[in-house]
Amino acid sequence: MRSGTIGLEHVTQRFPLPREEREFTAVQDVSFDVRGGEFVSIVGPSGCGKSTLLSLIAGLVPVTAGRIVLDGEPVTAVNPRLGFVFQRDALFPWKTVGENVGLPLLFRGVDAAAARPRVAEWIARIGLTGFEHYHPYQLSGGMRKRVGLAMTMVYEPEIVLMDEPFGALDVQTRNLMENDLLDIWAQFRRTIVFVTHDLEEAIALSDRIVVMTASPGRVKSIYPIDLPRPRSVTEIRFHPEFGRLYETIWKDLKDEVRLGYERSQKGLVG
Amino acid sequence: MATSAAKKVSWAKIRLWRIFLLVGFLAAWEVATRRAWIDPFFVSQPTVLAAQIFDWIRSGFIFRHLWVTIQETILGFVLGTLLGVAVGFLFAHWETLAHIFDPLMVALNAMPRVVLAPLFILWFGLGLLSKVVMVVSLVFFVVFFSTYTGLREVDRDLVNNARILGAGPRHMIRHVLLPSALTWIFSSLRTSVGFALIGAVVGEYLGSHEGMGYVISYAESMFNATGVLAGLLVLMAAVIVIDLALKWLDTRFSYWKPAR
Repeated sequence: MRSGTIGLEHVTQRFPLPREEREFTAVQDVSFDVRGGEFVSIVGPSGCGKSTLLSLIAGLVPVTAGRIVLDGEPVTAVNPRLGFVFQRDALFPWKTVGENVGLPLLFRGVDAAAARPRVAEWIARIGLTGFEHYHPYQLSGGMRKRVGLAMTMVYEPEIVLMDEPFGALDVQTRNLMENDLLDIWAQFRRTIVFVTHDLEEAIALSDRIVVMTASPGRVKSIYPIDLPRPRSVTEIRFHPEFGRLYETIWKDLKDEVRLGYERSQKGLVG
Repeated sequence: MATSAAKKVSWAKIRLWRIFLLVGFLAAWEVATRRAWIDPFFVSQPTVLAAQIFDWIRSGFIFRHLWVTIQETILGFVLGTLLGVAVGFLFAHWETLAHIFDPLMVALNAMPRVVLAPLFILWFGLGLLSKVVMVVSLVFFVVFFSTYTGLREVDRDLVNNARILGAGPRHMIRHVLLPSALTWIFSSLRTSVGFALIGAVVGEYLGSHEGMGYVISYAESMFNATGVLAGLLVLMAAVIVIDLALKWLDTRFSYWKPAR
């Protein structure tokens, strides 16, 4: 079996609602597989449980029903072979750029001498050489995102989960980061599960796109993206196939987005 | 640029005003007592106060007593802080424990410790111990509550990120929980250091044979307003020095935050 595969088998997740008798179903009966080294995006209306799915795969939250397997092994706890890039950059504000990037190696018991060149290599790769001694508050949003990415990649996880990582960035920075991500992915070929609400971003980056329904989130459909690689996110948008894919998937997604919006207006989505 | 220059000017003005007001106040006090508008027996006199403090310093009298008070304060402050942080961590980690002891903590904290001072003296004697206990009882709660809140307010994303990055329980405390609680702990330390000194002085005031509280209480029993006020001024200076030291420590530990 190739390493870095993910299997979701009838995954359901319910949360008890505070001060209410009933439970909230975040995701319901979700099944799909991710191949090793594949780039899969999950799109869906807000509140459809996209982020919940990532927490479940990461093992941060136990599944209510069904199961998730990584390389054939069921997920029971946080898996050390896995990386997670959060929506908000979750850097440690009291540590410098260098210390942040080195932190997972420290946690994993890699000794300082062995860690140093790996940290330096990743800081160079994200273009922040010279910023090693800066603290996060001194960096721009894009730079912080890069540090977060380096922090995840430095221990070379087989699977990288990304929860709307570039959502808070301005468009230019965002496109640069997306291209950087594609470069890194092309070079290291890790499995990436990428959650976004931006369909264009999903098409530009992915091998496949999973469309989720409005809450409770189920898999509505899965689309292969056969655009040529290597891609540049700014140029691939002009590929004739891009528009056709966008139209097809958007038609599918549109109803769910409207449904999700209407429900959120009525306060039915937790 | 223009705004910062404007700020500088206004700050200089503010300083000037402060000095002006202080000098004005002291001058009015001096004149009023000299002209016998107010009886110096009750309020003393700035020049007499200065002479008294100078005399205490020259004879070394004040240092002996100040040292006793400072010892009690620091000892109680350190013990109370350590205890507060430790119990804060314990309660933040075992929520059940926190739930069980919550009413007790609130009740104990509501108890006026100053009134307990005579009991502490009865239990722990006239010496150092009763004052240290007094100080601990004041400092502990301030530090405990802020540590507990600080730990509960720790960014969940950061904790989750640390878990995924492979942090064990000890890493979590050392690299995530302690640093993020430190902000809260430090802000509470500057509040509690005032409490610490009050605790020590009140303890001495009610029963002891040395320390600043004793000096003030003795002067009071002699109807010596100068002695009482001079003692208070010395204490005030001590608090300012300690606060400056803590402020310095605070900036050393919050180097990672944007400057205010």
